[in-house]
Order: sequence, then structure tokens, then C-alpha cells
Amino acid sequence: MVDAGDTGWILVSAALVMLMTPGLASFYGGMVRRKNVLSTMMMSFALLGLIAILWVLYGYSLGFGPNLGGIIGRLDWIGLRGVGQDPSDTYATTVPHLAFMIFQAMFAIIAVALWSGGVVERMKFSGFLVLSVLWFTVVYCPVAHWVWGSGGWLTKLGALDFAGGTAVHLNAGMSALALALLLRPRKGFREGEPMEPHNIPMVMLGAGLLWFGWFGFNAGSALTSSGLASSAFVATNIAAAAAALTWMILGWVHRRPSALGVATGAVAGLVAITPAAGFVNPIAGIPIGAIAALICYYCMVLRAKQGIDESLDVWAVHGMGGMWGALATGIFASVAVNSAGADGLLLGNAMQLAKQLVGVIGVGAFAFAATWVLGKAVDATIGLGVKETEEIIGLDISQHGERAYGGISQ
Amino acid sequence: MKKIEATIRPEKLEPVRAALAEIGILGMTISEVSGRGRQKGVALQWRVGEYRVEFLPKVKIEMVVLDEDVGRVLNVIVRKARTGERGDGKIFVVPVDNAVRVRTGEEGERAI
Repeated sequence: MVDAGDTGWILVSAALVMLMTPGLASFYGGMVRRKNVLSTMMMSFALLGLIAILWVLYGYSLGFGPNLGGIIGRLDWIGLRGVGQDPSDTYATTVPHLAFMIFQAMFAIIAVALWSGGVVERMKFSGFLVLSVLWFTVVYCPVAHWVWGSGGWLTKLGALDFAGGTAVHLNAGMSALALALLLRPRKGFREGEPMEPHNIPMVMLGAGLLWFGWFGFNAGSALTSSGLASSAFVATNIAAAAAALTWMILGWVHRRPSALGVATGAVAGLVAITPAAGFVNPIAGIPIGAIAALICYYCMVLRAKQGIDESLDVWAVHGMGGMWGALATGIFASVAVNSAGADGLLLGNAMQLAKQLVGVIGVGAFAFAATWVLGKAVDATIGLGVKETEEIIGLDISQHGERAYGGISQ
Repeated sequence: MKKIEATIRPEKLEPVRAALAEIGILGMTISEVSGRGRQKGVALQWRVGEYRVEFLPKVKIEMVVLDEDVGRVLNVIVRKARTGERGDGKIFVVPVDNAVRVRTGEEGERAI
């Protein structure tokens, strides 16, 4: 039975999550040098075209179609065959199947866009698109099936991931790390040349759009317009706030409370609450968010010390933030919040934490290894990196034939 | 005719402009530039840690004046742009062969 309230909320949530991808484009775009801002934004924005089409052609069926061995969905729903105005038997049974499908489409798009942050300023656009198709097909769709698909092995195991802490964030974070290790670092990175963020107001606007869209991401994942959606909504806001504050304080202790730091902290908190949002008491958003800021902050320090050029710290924020969120779900979860969930460590169920750990290791290791292989394959065939001269000129001109801030005085 | 190129602190532009206007020097072209001399750069923050920017924002004033005005102009700029700290800037004076007013085609000293 289609419920009007639930359907309205899922459609609005799908639109909210859609806006996260341009938000991410702005968040990333502001952090790069001015010669690469369009290229960086295109690595998110272009996916609103590419992945949206792949999703309706076959991706939705691979991710959510009838289960095949716990690993992947069958192609029964290819080209949206059988996905119509009536609810599915399996997912979100109070909203039209199409509404659930398009809500999930937006997750797939942003998942791909997220790891682009690890390779911006040096990956050529053609290589990026080919790698995006492969990654979406071979990494995202199967992992979405494991985590959320009916019969997926992590679903059956009982590992909890409310809105994609593992399926989206850990997945993208580990993939970004694999690609950063595979590509040569940006020219000048080893020499310590400053890679100055060219527009921090853009970063803050992007972070604001992400925060806004994340209400759809997390509270929409309740799949009903309900008390659970409200609980997830509040938990989301609390965690974002706690992490933004914590990061600000960390920055202040080390030097100054930077704007870039507050924006980054908010995103770290949003990432960490993602898997937990609908399983934990909203007030648990405070420790989850605050600890997320600490973990992500020091992971960034560690990444920098290792001399790894993972351009925009997708591993530190999304990978490690997502990992922490998944584990935190195993610590703070409560069936009193969500009867479809489980009790966590604090309610005496240490097994849940173990299950979460299996989810983290399974998704993280697969994402890293599979992305490495795909990256190597694309690099060996059409190539992944831009030429040195293209990198010096900037990817906006060399890849897209445009510049972001053109004209003299007018 | 001499061209005066003065690179000064951005916040000193308005006092310099006003003082030059007082002695009847109105024409100038300014640009926002980055540069460095003995003044050190500044440390800015990334999301964690910091990076150094070695070139600091300055304003460059360019104007062409009559030979007899050079001394007064230099005097005004130095007086108004000085703080006494490193980073106050530099002034270069270079000879100019000719000048043309685009509107009328007048040349030489009549064009400035």
C-alpha cells in the first residue's frame, strides 16, 4: 500500500540527496587551485549524468535486484523492468518502487563523486569516466547489495548500516586511498609546494549544502515519514554540530579556529553518524560526532606525515569517519530506537560490534583491492594521469577547454 | 618624463592617493600584486597543519610625471606609505621616451 506521507518524504529526500553532489562539487572545488576548479567540479557534476543513466539501465538491478548468492542482484530489473508505481515486495513497501529506486540512485552518484576528491588535479577526465563506470559496476553495486540488498551477505550477517557509512563512505574512502597510492603525486607535492585552496567560501557553501542534503541521506533512509526518520534527522544534526565544534577546538589548540576546519569537521560528523543515524539514540550523536572529528583530524595528520598525496583527504574523512561510524553503531545501537536494529556493546551485546567489524573489514578490504586492480587496468590501457604539461597548465584548460574565472575586468 | 613604480602596502594606497591629489598629481594606474622583499611570508592553515605563502599582497602604483615633479611625488609616497617595518615596499623611477593621450593624440609632456 502506497502511503502518501512516506512517498512525499522519500521523494523530497531523493531531491535532497541529489543536491549533495553539486554541494560536494563546490566543497571540493573550493579546496583546489584555481586552475583546476572546473575539472574538480566536473568529477562530481558529470556523474549526475553518467551514473544516473547507468543506475536505471542496470545498476539498480545489480544492487537491489533479486539476490544471487548474497553477492549481487540479478538483472531481472534491468532497464527498470518491473519497477513501477506500485511498491516493491521487498524494499520500502509503503512507497512506489520508483521512488525507492530514484532515492538509491542519488546515493550511487555521490558515492562515485566522493572518491574523486582523492585524485583531483591530476587524473585525466577520460580515464576518470572509464574508471567511474568500472568502479560503479564492480565495486559500488555489489557492495550496496551486500549491505542493503535483500539477501546480501552483510545484511544476513546482521551488520548494520543505516544510510551508507560502509557502502558509501568507507567504500569511497578506501578507494580514494588506493587510487592516490597508484597515481604519481601532484607536481610539486613532494617539494612541499603549497597547494592553496583557492576559494574557502565555496568550501563552506558546499559543506552547508552537504549538511542540508544529508537530512535526506540519513532521515530519508528510514524510508518512512515517521518517528524513526525524526530520530535519524536529530541524530544527524547533533553529530554534525558536535564534530564541527570539536574540529574548531582542535584547530584552535594547534593554532587558530579555521573556517576550513569547521566545514571539514561538520562533514566528518555527518559521515560518522550515517551508519548509526537510525539505530542509536540521537544524543549518542555527541560522542559519535566528537570522536569522529578527533579520528579524522589525526588521520589527516598521519596521511600528510606519510607523504601520501591523497588530495582532499577522502580516506581520512570518509574512509576513517565511515569506519568509526560503523563501529560506533555496534557500540551505541539500541532496539528501543529501531526494532529492526540491534542492541550494541553498551547494552551488553558485544557480538554486534564484532559484526560491524566484519562489515568494515569486508567492505574496506574489497574496496581497496578492487579499486587498485581497476585503476591499474585503466592506467595500463587508456591511462589515468594527465601529462605533465597538462597538469602545469591546469586541468580546466587541458581537459575541458575552459577556465573558471575568465575575462579581464568584464 | 619619468615613470614612477611604487609597490606599497595595500592599506597605504588611500593615504598616498589623497596626498598626491593635494599636490595636484591625479593620474595613476594601480594593480593588486603579490611580492616579497625582506618581509617574511605568512603561515596559513590547511584543514590540519599549515603552509607558507611567501608572497604577500601589495598594491603597485604606476604613474608618469614631469621630471620636476619626481622629487615631490617620491617624498609624498615615502612619507605616506611608511610604517618603519619590513614590507613597506619599494619605488622605482625609470625614464620615459614618450607619452600619447589616446583621446586627442597629444604627445610628450602635454599628454601627461
